[in-house]
Amino acid sequence: MLDKSKIGHLFSSFTTDVEKGRLKFFAKSINETNPVYTDEVVAIAEGYKALPAPPTFAFSLDMEGPEFLPVIDLLNLNIAKILHGSQDFEYLGQIYAGDKITVSSKLKNIFDKKNGALEFVVMETSYSNQNNDLVAKANQTLVYRNA
Amino acid sequence: MTTITIGTKLPELTLPPISRTTLALYAGASGDHNPIHIDSDFAKKSGMPDVFAQGMLSMAYLGRLLTNWQPQSKLRKFGNKFSAITNLQDVITCSGEVVELLEINGEQCARVAIEACNQDNTKTLVGEALVAI
Repeated sequence: MLDKSKIGHLFSSFTTDVEKGRLKFFAKSINETNPVYTDEVVAIAEGYKALPAPPTFAFSLDMEGPEFLPVIDLLNLNIAKILHGSQDFEYLGQIYAGDKITVSSKLKNIFDKKNGALEFVVMETSYSNQNNDLVAKANQTLVYRNA
Repeated sequence: MTTITIGTKLPELTLPPISRTTLALYAGASGDHNPIHIDSDFAKKSGMPDVFAQGMLSMAYLGRLLTNWQPQSKLRKFGNKFSAITNLQDVITCSGEVVELLEINGEQCARVAIEACNQDNTKTLVGEALVAI
């Protein structure tokens, strides 16, 4: 069973750059055809300040920390047994190319189902930009297969 | 602009079949380098028949469904459960329907039920979004 005493743990926050080239690569990797995500001229004509990061891109910022998936070390997880259970975003602003985003995550809950065969790890993340505006919040549930 | 009402359907989005290249490009672009999605040796050693798609890849497709319909600046909330694994060669179709009109913080919003399905009609992602209208 996972160590429930870690509930409430605050992961080290970090700040990362949102690079224009990265957003274009991300757009390509999801077969994006809307030019608002690849052409700055179009984005600005549509009222955006710069190339906008698409709705799920915030999750990619999580990966830019000093350690890939720090929850793995914290809870001593085997990466091969992790599945993504659910993901939710709330948007309070927009993340743009050129932003510096500070990512702060907290281990919100650990619970189990099926007598511990499946454990659920819930993490809550907030994203703030260089102006200290909270631009997005996310909740992520990982499913851990003990069986 | 067409009126948005309960029952309004979002224009569907069907993606090309998932290939190993799809998974490799998404791994690089998204920063999710979990080897279970890109290294078949690792996947097999972990008891999976082969690599399988990142859940967040299909969630990004659902994001495209939403932003093809309304500009992203109107998106307030977006979430889903990952209910089935997406395998190589699967063809994912994203669809959505307005299920409720409501006012939140003085703003008119539509609650949209969204899902991603594979070619066998298995639901791979099920969720909802809140969009200002």
